[in-house]
Amino acid sequence: MKIVVPVKRVIDANVKVRLKADGSAVDSDNAKMSMNPFDEIAVEEAIRLKEAGAAGEIVAVSIGSDACQDVLRAALAMGADRALLIRTEAVLEPLAVAKLLREVVAREQPRLVICGKQSTDGDANQAGQMLAGLLGWPQATFASKLDLGTDGATVTREIDGGLEIIAVTLPAVVTTDLRLNSPRYTTLPNIMKAKKKPLDVVALDEFGVDTRPRLTTLGLAEPAARSAGVRVADVAELLAKLKNEAKVI
Amino acid sequence: MNARESMEYDVVIVGGGPSGLSAAIRLKQLAADKGQDISVCLLEKGSEIGAHILSGAVLEPRTLNELIPDWKDKGAPLNTPAQKDQFLLLTETESIQLPTPPQMHNEGNYIISLGNFCRWLGQQAEELGVEIYPGFAAAEVLYHPDGSVKGVATGNVGTGKNGDQEGEPGIELWAKQTVFAEGCRGSLTKTLFERFKLRNGADPQTYGIGIKELWEVKPELHQPGKITHTAGWPMDTATYGGSFLYHLENNQVVVGFVVGLDYQNPYLSPYEEFQRFKTHPAIKGVFEGGRRLSYGARAISEGGLQSIPKLTFPGGVLIGDTAGFLNVPKIKGTHTAMKSAMLAAEAIAEALATAQEGQPIEAAAYTDKFKQSWLYDELYRVRNIRPSFRWGLWPAMLYSALDTYLFRGKAPWTLHHQHADHECLKPKDECTPIAYPKPDGVLTFDRLSSVFISNTNHSEDQPPHLKLKDPTVPIRVNLEKYDAPEQRYCPAGVYEIVGREEGEPRLQINAQNCVHCKTCDIKDPTQNIGWVTPEGGGGPNYPNM
Ligand SMILES: Cc1cc2nc3c(=O)[nH]c(=O)nc-3n(C[C@H](O)[C@H](O)[C@H](O)COP(=O)(O)OP(=O)(O)OC[C@H]3O[C@@H](n4cnc5c(N)ncnc54)[C@H](O)[C@@H]3O)c2cc1C
Ligand code: SF4
Repeated sequence: MKIVVPVKRVIDANVKVRLKADGSAVDSDNAKMSMNPFDEIAVEEAIRLKEAGAAGEIVAVSIGSDACQDVLRAALAMGADRALLIRTEAVLEPLAVAKLLREVVAREQPRLVICGKQSTDGDANQAGQMLAGLLGWPQATFASKLDLGTDGATVTREIDGGLEIIAVTLPAVVTTDLRLNSPRYTTLPNIMKAKKKPLDVVALDEFGVDTRPRLTTLGLAEPAARSAGVRVADVAELLAKLKNEAKVI
Repeated sequence: MNARESMEYDVVIVGGGPSGLSAAIRLKQLAADKGQDISVCLLEKGSEIGAHILSGAVLEPRTLNELIPDWKDKGAPLNTPAQKDQFLLLTETESIQLPTPPQMHNEGNYIISLGNFCRWLGQQAEELGVEIYPGFAAAEVLYHPDGSVKGVATGNVGTGKNGDQEGEPGIELWAKQTVFAEGCRGSLTKTLFERFKLRNGADPQTYGIGIKELWEVKPELHQPGKITHTAGWPMDTATYGGSFLYHLENNQVVVGFVVGLDYQNPYLSPYEEFQRFKTHPAIKGVFEGGRRLSYGARAISEGGLQSIPKLTFPGGVLIGDTAGFLNVPKIKGTHTAMKSAMLAAEAIAEALATAQEGQPIEAAAYTDKFKQSWLYDELYRVRNIRPSFRWGLWPAMLYSALDTYLFRGKAPWTLHHQHADHECLKPKDECTPIAYPKPDGVLTFDRLSSVFISNTNHSEDQPPHLKLKDPTVPIRVNLEKYDAPEQRYCPAGVYEIVGREEGEPRLQINAQNCVHCKTCDIKDPTQNIGWVTPEGGGGPNYPNM
């Protein structure tokens, strides 16, 4: 069974993001970039399924500039078999991403697509759902456990207030939540081997998909800076402050 | 844990700074010229090339012109030619413009981000076929039975806080020559010093700590290419230290402060001195309405020529700042690090070509090449300036002027460094505590908000990479005798004395905040603290530093 795993290149989770001085965009000038952490979990899950004999080939897909080859190589080093870069300089909205992935699915014919639940840059949490919608496939989002059978999968989902266990038929789209697994360390020999694994680059235009933006960004703002803490002498003062100043009790 | 795998190369380079990358490039160039096949692998502990690089930096392009003459066409990020040089002597309220010493003239130089320059050098090296592996620290030197260096091993990962979990083993990289390019105070280099007695006959290495911030300033205050250095306030005249302030591209200004680690007062805090420096009337204006983008710190080798150790040993060489090639009065170590790398690469290529199977290789010609190079001449001429500062600021300035203008660096004597920096600290009872002003959160900041923007992280699932030889010393000696100076010299707030109120003081080590500056390894008075490589990829993630 083939699995497609879309992976996105985002600003590394350790980098403190800030806006450009003119507020027009997030400043990513020479910032360290990495694979979206939820996508790393998706790659890991696919590899575990393969190691357990439940899956065959794993294809990692990224959409973006040539620099995205780095995250594809990282996926290959973890254990993906092949990679595809859909090259574009444009920043795409989730719907455009989903449409492109639909084309990838049409070419690759996987039985399962495992996506991160969201990317840590846009936090949109839409591409996986839209892809399932466009394909007319079942979706199991926010997965914290995935049991794969030949015709279907049982997925434990993280939902508000608890866990939900659902069964989906295949083919399906699964999106990963944080607790699904902890991604492995990539080792040097695997990074070396990954250099020799196939990585195809295809220009976005070749897909003939309308990826024009549908949304307009009106403005961006940084969260208000937290004001400095104060030291309180005792519980009584704390209660008084919570009541009179913070007005939370 | 599984057994370690091994990989073999002709040359393995430890460290992806300007020296390591230049050595890699030069080796591949020479291989191509001579039709020799030289496989080169480079390890870098930062998450990417440039992630751990922190420098000024004004680049003197002399070596770059030699290494990659068409660097302009290849898009090297040298975008801001140096313009005006200014050298100020500060008192608490005044500033006096002094004539710029000749070493500090910067015509023809460029203000750059050394991190970005290294990112570019990394691309050049990869295009030439160098295999670069960022995110992997060389944790251990490997030896052949005959005692020569066999290569290095990367550290184990995922072994848990106490090192007792099943993790992934590191990998062994074997090489005919291992090039140590770890930068100032290399952790493996330190072990080589002992093993091969490389420091015999050399002065002790002395160091400074450089702390730096990157700012974005108001466009009307930005003067691309402007260079300012200061001496004097807030340092007292007995302590070596000074600042740099460079205007880069894109409304960016770097400001930094260097303090000689031979300082004596354990109450001194290089970090707080730097913060205080920014409030000087002649300095603070440029930051008005600006915002701080990044922060970091790194030690600098200040010993100069007298402190350079033996450079070669069977199986390997030392290049760049880990050997100590920095030109101190110029505070420039990049062109010198790169030059030493080129010379070493040439010696290594020759040695590889004539090597006998099974015989350890020592690229001894590197030392001769160094002695015959402009690099030696450059370091020779300035060798007396830094040591003269042990007499204090005024005599040193006077002496330096004489040495430079009268003797032109050829004085018939050489001043020596008498002490290692960790021996210079005086007991707290002999010193006065220093009261530093509180940060205002606009121009001056506390340590933690600073470390925050260095993007530093270490995975928690690993043993601490700051090792105490004797766990009782921090309280018994450091606290009792020196009032725990590590609380003050560490620019990242890693060391904290907690539990004083309960009467049970103990040293807490917040290792995840460490920015890899190496100051604790240098300055700890009894050398009880040892810095070793954490898991690869840990540490700061500097952008544009
Ligand atoms: C505050 C400051 C200002 C400076 N200003 C200037 C200036 O204006 N002009 C100038 O020319 N020079 C300046 N310098 C000096 C210059 O930065 C150094 O001389 C130069 O960076 C030395 O290059 P290097 O390659 O020897 O070492 P580094 O640049 O220190 O590079 C060493 C690299 O090796 C890596 N490494 C270390 N140990 C290991 C290991 N065990 N395994 C894997 N990787 C490892 C490190 O992460 C790092 O990336 C300044 C330095 C400082 C600190
Ligand atoms: S712990 Fe040591 S090496 Fe790390 S930041 Fe502090 S002084 Fe520097």
